[in-house]
Amino acid sequence: MSGAAAPAGPLLVVDGVDAHHGDLQALFGVSLAVDEGDVIAIIGANGAGKSTLLAVIAGALRTTAGTVRFAGDDVAGVPGHRRVEQGITLVPEGRRLFPSLSVEENLLVGAFRGRPGPWTLDRVYELFPLLRPLAARAAGTLSGGEQQAAAIGRGLMANPRLLLLDEVSLGLAPLVVQQLYAALGAIVDAGCTVVVVEQDVGQALGVADRVWCLLEGRVSLSGVPADLETDAVTGAYFGALSGPARRS
Amino acid sequence: MDWVNAVVQGVLLGGVFALFATGLSLAFGVMRLVNLAHGQLALLAAFATVSVAEATDWNPLVALAVVVPAMAVLGYLLQRGVLDHTLAGDGDPLRSILVTFGLAVVIENLLLERYSADSRGLAAGTIETASIRVTDDLAIGWFRLIGLLVAIAVLAGLALFLARTRTGRALRAVADDRATAELMGIDTHRINGIAMALALATVAIAGVFLGIQTTFAPSDGNVLLLSAFEAVIIGGLGSLWGTLAGGITLGVAQTVGAQIEPGWSALIGHLVFLAVLVARPTGLFPRTAPA
Repeated sequence: MSGAAAPAGPLLVVDGVDAHHGDLQALFGVSLAVDEGDVIAIIGANGAGKSTLLAVIAGALRTTAGTVRFAGDDVAGVPGHRRVEQGITLVPEGRRLFPSLSVEENLLVGAFRGRPGPWTLDRVYELFPLLRPLAARAAGTLSGGEQQAAAIGRGLMANPRLLLLDEVSLGLAPLVVQQLYAALGAIVDAGCTVVVVEQDVGQALGVADRVWCLLEGRVSLSGVPADLETDAVTGAYFGALSGPARRS
Repeated sequence: MDWVNAVVQGVLLGGVFALFATGLSLAFGVMRLVNLAHGQLALLAAFATVSVAEATDWNPLVALAVVVPAMAVLGYLLQRGVLDHTLAGDGDPLRSILVTFGLAVVIENLLLERYSADSRGLAAGTIETASIRVTDDLAIGWFRLIGLLVAIAVLAGLALFLARTRTGRALRAVADDRATAELMGIDTHRINGIAMALALATVAIAGVFLGIQTTFAPSDGNVLLLSAFEAVIIGGLGSLWGTLAGGITLGVAQTVGAQIEPGWSALIGHLVFLAVLVARPTGLFPRTAPA
């Protein structure tokens, strides 16, 4: 290891971040840190602020307080489209493929401002073989699972250092979800750090190195999955149980 | 034979209508911007060509080589400097409609100030009157034929650009879903500027061709805008070839209308537009499930 210029500290540091949707405050002093190479899960109920947090990290939403540091640099003032060049890519909730573009064109748009790296059209088709025969099809005509695979592939085409996956499993059959999560290993092996937002707690705890739980815009629990007790997670998720159930 | 002649002339006229409507369609497709200054911008290009032709003694068709790039640059700057600001925030379309309406008034008055209210024409020389005799009753004017061919070439070029190039793909991605395009690293403001540059480049070509075919005055902008709207709506929003079909339909309606009764040219055009709107509100070639 000697001589390796490893960057000091975590890849992503979110520190005391507030964010608003109009007059409505969605995040209250949220802090978290993500080490390079990890898979992080952010869990929480509907409206807990998970997607808002990802939007803040991806630059789609401005913070109203606190800092976001990526690879050591403060990225607060960096607009969303510049963060792709820096290495942050968000796969948005609901897939949001470009419906009139073909699958392959969607993937190519992902590479529009991408960085050089391992992910190419061929690598994405290797990861998701189901996409190859669909390459020329309009993205709007795909099934939900196919769209999600294409959306993740489109995100990978930018060769991100940090890939943010929002609600991958939403509305998909369990078998399809399983296939999609099976690809996560290859994505991490290719040198990508991954943050997943999940409503499915079991799924999240299964894949993550570390979990953050949000409740009404605040971090209610964080830890390594193996150390978390089910009751504590349930409490942090629903807010039903307060203080006593929380691990210190 | 008069009727055949009317239809043929209408088809030839339609190409320039389509070219004229393309910029309107492009601005709406990419930016959801209804550009009410579109007609005045076409006139601006035509008058600028008058000035260039006077200053240099060039044929107006040669002057296009200067006017088209200049209008493209103007389009980029106009979009980045003014129109983008009307699209920010909640995306209320009323703001951009009001601003482009104001822009139309400003351009019209600047043209009045500089060129007076008189009608002007652009003289392209012998090409204007040369024609191909098909039969004794039917002749195809070279200039109108060139207009149609140029329109088809420009539309084909634009279609290729949108389908095959990286920037063209980005334009279509922005038209589909602006927020997601931004997430993919596309600078959507730059794309807006490029779209408006293309829109004004095409409208400049159309303006000069219209200016050679007929006379024009600073106050003609809104009539031009109306026919562009009609061509876009008849063809179906967001479809390039639909716009060509719309332009040709409108052209044929006008020349056949004039054949029925010389004063009815515009009237029949509007009636056909209304008929299409009633029968097929989405136009002849709606942008349905993407092909």
